[in-house]
Amino acid sequence: MTRMTGSLARFVLWRLAGTIPLLLVISFLVFVLVQLAPGDAASALTGGRPTSTEALEALRAKYNLNEPLPVQYGLWLWDALHLDFGTSIQTRQPVVQAIAARLGLSLWLTAYATAIVLAFGIPLGIAAALNRGGRFDRTIVTLSVLGVSTPAFVSGLFLLYYLGFVLGWFPVFGAGRGALDRAWHLTLPAIALALTVMAIVVKITRAAVLEELERDYIGFARARGVSSRRIVLHYLLRNALVPVVTAASVILVAIMAGSIYVETTFALPGLGSLLVDAVRQRDIPLIQGATLAFSVFVVAVNLATDLIYALIDPRIRFAGAAR
Amino acid sequence: MRRMSPLLWIAALCVAIILICAAFGETVAPQSPDTQRLLVGDTRPSAEFLAGTDNLGRDVLSRTIVGARTAILGPTVIALGAFAIATLLGLVAGYFGGRIDGAIMRTVDVILALPGPLIAIVVVGVTGGGYWTAVGVLTLLFVAPDTRIVRSAVLAQRSQPYIEACRIQNIPRHRILFVHILPNVLPLILSYVVLDFAFALVNLAGLSFLGLGVEPGTADWGRMLFENRQILFTNPASVLLPAATIVVTAGAINMLGDHFRERTAP
Repeated sequence: MTRMTGSLARFVLWRLAGTIPLLLVISFLVFVLVQLAPGDAASALTGGRPTSTEALEALRAKYNLNEPLPVQYGLWLWDALHLDFGTSIQTRQPVVQAIAARLGLSLWLTAYATAIVLAFGIPLGIAAALNRGGRFDRTIVTLSVLGVSTPAFVSGLFLLYYLGFVLGWFPVFGAGRGALDRAWHLTLPAIALALTVMAIVVKITRAAVLEELERDYIGFARARGVSSRRIVLHYLLRNALVPVVTAASVILVAIMAGSIYVETTFALPGLGSLLVDAVRQRDIPLIQGATLAFSVFVVAVNLATDLIYALIDPRIRFAGAAR
Repeated sequence: MRRMSPLLWIAALCVAIILICAAFGETVAPQSPDTQRLLVGDTRPSAEFLAGTDNLGRDVLSRTIVGARTAILGPTVIALGAFAIATLLGLVAGYFGGRIDGAIMRTVDVILALPGPLIAIVVVGVTGGGYWTAVGVLTLLFVAPDTRIVRSAVLAQRSQPYIEACRIQNIPRHRILFVHILPNVLPLILSYVVLDFAFALVNLAGLSFLGLGVEPGTADWGRMLFENRQILFTNPASVLLPAATIVVTAGAINMLGDHFRERTAP
């Protein structure tokens, strides 16, 4: 027992240590964004608008642009660690405040879409696998290919037009006030976001169940006269869901990336639309803050999945610690 | 060999039509795609304009047909470019192993841990964008997952007896890699190129939908969604036609790609 907890602790430490260089790489990439923009850094920070020489000089001083690049990065990172990303060029609002104001809606939308994906994707995948080769299975497989091929902004536009405008079942504008109204307003965006990702989940679940069905223990249970229902619910499901857990980070990252498009399609005030607006206006401090927020989310999700996976499956933590 | 189902034939037909549109768009289109008719403005489908016109009075159907070009060209470059680089990296990493393998695969891990679509949006947006910048960024982002696929295929080949036989005969390593291993992993690689193509198409359209991909004025499906989004409720065909075209094209290519991959999978 102590050996097991010891190896788990080592795995957690090893995995935590691994995120630090990753976060450094990400923060450096985010920092050098300023250098990528056309023109020199100071004029990039003005968003390309004509500015007086004194104002540019003041900007250079404020963002330490006269220092060598590594020093600039160090100073920037120090501020970033204290959640200070400067102020938005367009609105003069501190970047952290702008992000905090938009974060709630994005978390809502992501949670809603994830719930839809899991509630429908896993049962559909299992049902398709159990019906292998049948009409239902072929329909689901074809639909999931179609789902993978439909980006969230396209399904969003279709839903917006048919369910929102033609049938009038759902609101076509705004994010709603209060929990119930918000859920009502976010239903179409969440469905649009869920469809593509659901197709991925259906594919993974179906493949995993098909693989488990081939195993000896299923045939053995059948031979012993265990009911199909019991085999599926008690034995098969538990093993078949491991690949789905493994894919959790892929799923959440896909939902997060999709949310950028969906928020733009439905004109929702979330973190994704904040980023897109900032990119369009070349609002560098805001872009840096929003990109870092998204990236930290992705790294955290990857870390959480790995740790949960290690808790479920001991083989992983031994392989990890041995590296 | 599995026979092609009717659905696959339809998919192949769709791809053929899109390819013809991409090559001969201006000739096939019923109207000139860029002619503005400001006095006409946006109109619903009519006998003259089968799918209506957009805000500037441009024919939506013709723009959709000509839009096949940017939808095919960029993803072709992305899918082939990414796999050319990934094949080289994957062959080297998989065959030589050791420190080179470690260096390549750790870099791949880092890139895969980054949120790809987000990087594409930010880099294309900040650099001032443009179609070919988007193509370049997506190519680089696609290299990482592709390298993983090629490497694992090479690893499966490396332990086969014929490679051992080559080694015993003192055949030079570059010859083993490119003459003996490459032809054996190529079918698998090509089936993934097809799937990458569909994914690249959707990603490029997405960037254009955000107003970041193609230059303003270009007839492009994603750009059309961006421009006509405001007239969705008054003139739905101007949005839904290019939107449906994206789904049909990507869907048809994905179906064909899945079919080829199932046939080449060991």
